[in-house]
Amino acid sequence: MYNYFFLILGYAKMDLTFSDSDLSFRKEVITFLDNEYPADIKEKQDKRIPLEKEEIVRWQKILHNKGWFAINWPTEFSGYKELSVTEKYILQEELAKANTPTTIPFGMGMCAPVIYSFGTEDQKQKHLPSILNSDIWWCQGYSEPGSGSDLASLKTKAELVDDKYIVNGTKTWTTLAQHADWIFCLVRTETTPIKQEGISFLLIDMATSGIEVKPIITIDGSHEVNMVYLDNVEVPKENLIGEEGQGWNIAKFLLAHERSGIAGIAALKRELKRLKELSSEIPLGEGTLLEDSQFRTKIEETEIELTATEFTELRTLAAMSQGGSPGAESSILKIKGTELQQTISELFVEMLGYYAHPFYLENEIGSNETVGPDYAAPVMPHYLNYRKVSIYGGSNEIQRNVISKAILGL
Amino acid sequence: MDFTFNEEQTMIQDQVEQFVQKEYDWETRQELSNSDLGFGADNWKTFAELGWLGIAISEDNGGFGGSSIETMLIMEEFGKGLVVEPFLETIVMSSGLLDQHGTDEQKSEVIGSVINGEMHLALAYAEPQSRFNLSDVVTEAKVDNDNFIINGFKSVVMNGPSANKFIISARTSGKQLEKKGISLFLVDSDITGLTKADYKTVDGRKASDLSLENVSVPSECLIGAMDEGFNILDESIDRSILAISAEAVGAMEVLYKTTVEYTKTREQFGTPIGKFQVLQHRMVDMFMEYEQCKSLLYMATMKNEEGAPDAKKAISGLKYQVGKAGKFVGQQAVQLHGGMGVTDELNVGHYFKRLTTIGTIFGNADYHLKQYTSL
Repeated sequence: MYNYFFLILGYAKMDLTFSDSDLSFRKEVITFLDNEYPADIKEKQDKRIPLEKEEIVRWQKILHNKGWFAINWPTEFSGYKELSVTEKYILQEELAKANTPTTIPFGMGMCAPVIYSFGTEDQKQKHLPSILNSDIWWCQGYSEPGSGSDLASLKTKAELVDDKYIVNGTKTWTTLAQHADWIFCLVRTETTPIKQEGISFLLIDMATSGIEVKPIITIDGSHEVNMVYLDNVEVPKENLIGEEGQGWNIAKFLLAHERSGIAGIAALKRELKRLKELSSEIPLGEGTLLEDSQFRTKIEETEIELTATEFTELRTLAAMSQGGSPGAESSILKIKGTELQQTISELFVEMLGYYAHPFYLENEIGSNETVGPDYAAPVMPHYLNYRKVSIYGGSNEIQRNVISKAILGL
Repeated sequence: MDFTFNEEQTMIQDQVEQFVQKEYDWETRQELSNSDLGFGADNWKTFAELGWLGIAISEDNGGFGGSSIETMLIMEEFGKGLVVEPFLETIVMSSGLLDQHGTDEQKSEVIGSVINGEMHLALAYAEPQSRFNLSDVVTEAKVDNDNFIINGFKSVVMNGPSANKFIISARTSGKQLEKKGISLFLVDSDITGLTKADYKTVDGRKASDLSLENVSVPSECLIGAMDEGFNILDESIDRSILAISAEAVGAMEVLYKTTVEYTKTREQFGTPIGKFQVLQHRMVDMFMEYEQCKSLLYMATMKNEEGAPDAKKAISGLKYQVGKAGKFVGQQAVQLHGGMGVTDELNVGHYFKRLTTIGTIFGNADYHLKQYTSL
C-alpha cells in the first residue's frame, strides 16, 4: 500500500506509504461496502446488466447517507464531513474495486457546482437538496445537431418576453434525458459578433410544455442518448444562472470541474484485473490465453499506460490542492483515460474471440438466452458503446488542440 | 504481370455492382437484416438466376468453373453494400469444399440444389475451446457398425439458422490438438440429437450454436477420407479468408469515401472539418490502409489460384493486414463522423461492426501474424 500523495504534494520527503489514519479510513470504506452495498445491485453490476433508475437512485442515497456522495462539494452545501484528497482517492478506489454503480454526474457533479458557484440563494435552496438526495435527476443540454466540437456555435434561442424566456431549438446527444426531471441548457440570448458572448445558462423543468424527447439508438442497440426538442418553451426568468451572456464562462468552469476523476482510473484498474483473471481461465492450446505472448504483451502495455495516467492524474490533483489551476492538463487525462477505456474494452472483445459476436439487446443481457461464457453478452455492446468516449466531452482531437495551444503555445 | 480482369470477370463485377446499387439501398439492407430470415429470399433467387451461386463450382459438377477471382469480385461488391445474404457461408465455405472433396452421391444431392438456390449450408468448425485453431477439435465421432455417432458442441456457426445441412468437423482419432484424426461429416440440420440455439450477430447476420448428442449418421456422410479432414477444412478456410478479405476491402472503400464526403460538408468553426490537417492525414491513412489491403488481396488470391508454395503465408499476411486495417478504418470512420458515427441510424456504424467481426472470423490479426511467422 502506498500513499502517492506524499510524493506529489511535495511534503518533507518523497514517501509512498499511507498513514495509519488513511489505512483505517480504507477499512471503514471496506466495512461500509460489506454492510451497505445491496446484494441485488451488486449481482447486476457483476453481471454487467444495465441498472434501472431506481437502483441507481437507491445506491446514490446510500452513499449520501454515509456522506460519500457529493464529496467534492463544499461541506456547507453537502453537510458532509470534509474528506482529505487522500481519503477521496481511497474512497473512489474502493468503490470501483467493489464494482459499485457509477454515480450519475449531471446533477451532483455538473449542475450543482454551477448552482453553488454562480446561483442565487434562492436557486441554491431550491435545487441543491434535491440533487443531494437524488430525488431530482438532471440532464445536460449542450450539444446541438450543428454544434458538436464547435459548441459555441449553438443556436437554441432564448428570448426574454416580460418575465419569461421563450426557448426554441434542438439539443442532441442528451444522455438520460428520458429519465431527467430538469435540464441545464446553454442557450443563445443574444446574437453577438463574438459568438461566445451571447450565450446564457438556463435551468429548464422537463415537464414544461413544448419539450419533446426522442430516443437515439446507438450502435450497441441501447437507448442512452436523446434528441430534446424545445418548441416555445416558457422558462421563468429566475431560472437564469448568473448574468445573461455569462453562459460560456460557466460552461468553461464546468469543464474544469469535470476534471477530477475524468479518466476513471480506479474502474480501469478493476477492469484490467478482471481481464487478466478471465483470460487466465480461457484455454489456448495447452496453456491459457493470458500466457499467450501476444495477448500478454498488450495487457502489459496497457497496464504501464494506465499506471502512467494514474500518476499524471495524481500530480494534477496535487497541483490543484496547492492552488494550481490545471485547465489544459485535464485534456491529457481526458485523452489518455478515454484511450485506455477503449483499449481495455477492445481487449475484452479480443479475449472472447467468436463469442463476442452474438448480439443481444440490453434487456436480454443476463438472461438465460445468451450463448458462450456467462460474461460474454455485454462485452461487444460495451466496446461499441465506448467509441463515444473519444468523441464526447470535447473530442480527443479538440483536446489535442487545447494542449497544443494552451500548454505548448503553438 | 497483369492486374486486369478478363471480359467475363468484368461482366460479373458490373452485374454485382449494379445489383448492390439498384436493389440494395441502406433501408432495404436493414429491413432484410432485421427480418426473421435475416436476408432476402428473393435476392438469393436472383443470385441463382444470375449464376452467381455456381460461379466457382467446377463444370463437372454443374457449375461455371470460374476461379477465385470471380468470388473475390463478388465479395468485394457485397462488402460495399454490406450484403447479408449468406454467400460466404453457403457458397464459399461449404459448397466449394463439397465440389472438390464430396462423394458423387453428396455432390448430386447437394450441389445442384445449392446452385439453383434451394439449399443452404453452414460449416461448423469452431468449438468453445478452439479459438481460431482448426485442429483443436473435441467433438467426437465414433464408428458404430455402418454409422458414426457424433457427440460434442460447435460454436458460432455462421448461417446456422438457415442451413439445411451442416458440414461438421469431428475427431475420429488422435488427441485434441492433432491435425490427423479429424473427419468432416455432411449432416442434415433436422437430424435427431442435433440441437440448435439460433441468434443474431452484431454484424446484422445470424449464427447458431450446435449441440450434438449421440447424432447417428451413416458412413456415406463422411467427406473425404476418415481422419484426413483437416487439410480439406484448412483449404476451405483459406478460400474463405480470401473471400471475406475481399468483402472487407469493399467495406473499407465505402467507409473511407463516405468519411471524406462527410468531412467536406460538416462545418464546425465556420469551415468544413475536412479542411483540418489532422483529419486530412487521418483520412489519407484510411485510404492507404484500404489500398494496402487491396494489394495483398490481389496478391494472395492470385497465389492461391496458381497454387504457389507460399500461398498460405500470403493468405495469413492478408488476414493480418485486414484485421489491423479494418479496425483502424472502422474506428476512424466512426470517430470522424462524431456522434452520428455511433448511431444505429447511420450506416457507418454498421460497416464498422462488420469490419469488427471480419477481424475475428477465421482468426484475428494476432493469430495470423503467428501463422505467418510459422510458415
